[in-house]
Amino acid sequence: MRRVAVTTLSTAAGVVLLLSLKPHQSHPPAVSAPRPTTSTPPTAATGTRTGDFTGDAIDTRYGPVQVSVTLDKGRLAAVHVLQVPSESGRDQEIAARAVPRLNEEALGAQNARIDAVSGASYTSEGYIQSLQSALDKAGA
Amino acid sequence: MHDVTRAAAGPHSTVPAGGSQPPRAADGLRHAEHVMGTVFSFDIRDRPTPEVRDALAEAVAWLHHVDAVFSTYRRDSAISRMARGHMGVSDRPSEVADVLTRCEKAAAATDGWFSHTPGGRLDPSGLVKGWATERASQILYDAGARNTCVNGGGDLQLRGEAAPGSAWRIGIAHPLHPGQLLTVVTGRDLAVATSGTAERGHHILDPHTGLPAMGLVSVTVTGRHLTEVDAYATALFAMGDAPARTWTRAHSAYETLLVTSAGDVWQSEHFPAARHDNPPTCHGG
Repeated sequence: MRRVAVTTLSTAAGVVLLLSLKPHQSHPPAVSAPRPTTSTPPTAATGTRTGDFTGDAIDTRYGPVQVSVTLDKGRLAAVHVLQVPSESGRDQEIAARAVPRLNEEALGAQNARIDAVSGASYTSEGYIQSLQSALDKAGA
Repeated sequence: MHDVTRAAAGPHSTVPAGGSQPPRAADGLRHAEHVMGTVFSFDIRDRPTPEVRDALAEAVAWLHHVDAVFSTYRRDSAISRMARGHMGVSDRPSEVADVLTRCEKAAAATDGWFSHTPGGRLDPSGLVKGWATERASQILYDAGARNTCVNGGGDLQLRGEAAPGSAWRIGIAHPLHPGQLLTVVTGRDLAVATSGTAERGHHILDPHTGLPAMGLVSVTVTGRHLTEVDAYATALFAMGDAPARTWTRAHSAYETLLVTSAGDVWQSEHFPAARHDNPPTCHGG
């Protein structure tokens, strides 16, 4: 059981990388770096937390992105998209397509052993930073 | 572990998920650093000795130093002042000459398709991130960390292996299906870089026309050193499909995976894609 938890956690970390990095924008937004609101380091052993953890809303060029994650004994059980960019036009269309896929991937990749990811995708910066924030809060 | 990492990284850092691959789960060291407009992720699979921890702090400090020197978004950076003609050659930080030399070599190796003077303005950004990532990896190595993955915004320098007997496995993001993987590459002591429209739209310009490069949506290049691998990925993206294939065939130290805007995928003969991509079954007991 412990092995499963550890493996899944590292997969979650892989997903974090998958969704991170290389924002879809020609220049850095004025405010994009994540600022975890909690500074308390994880105190419990990793992989033991259960519950819902909401990440900070992150301002991206396209609007705010916010997610929450559900952990079951440290296992990434679900990703919930709370906010996505609401701008009109193509960006919104892309966001609408991208977010469910990101969600699927976050769940579907649990069984794949991936150590990291090269490349990235649209609005991933805000998404991942929010997910990262949620995971940080969870101490996962 | 966390305290040291946080202290080393400063207020912008986050403490990422602490899991790593068994059997080194108890020994690994992870850190994510937000710098240079992106995220740098460190995944160290060796035992985190004091020397390794110090090296991680040094590598993080190094990335911030690079940002201060090379950022084209900071008016006070050395590179910005140079671009405005406000800095003499003798005042340039020592790293600048190294980077510009490497840029010139990359330009020569790609027949000008890599350019650090796009639009006539000094901008070595296309090489700096890969170069900084590779150097960060070297800092860890010099401190004794032999099995590391440094991911600089989606471009990776790998050393050693993920676990004894297990190569690193790196997913390649699918450029047309966000959140999904195109393939998985495996390797030891490998650099992997991906350029594409998924990152920032059509942000790679054809240096010969000044127009956005078209025809390809993603280029992944693998090789030994990320400095060159990253620059070449950018250059091949700008070249387009057929020239990129030709270039790859002429440069045996590099392997390439291309995705065209039509959705066609091509990979060079020895591209290190995982042979068996079936994920291991995860048993609940």
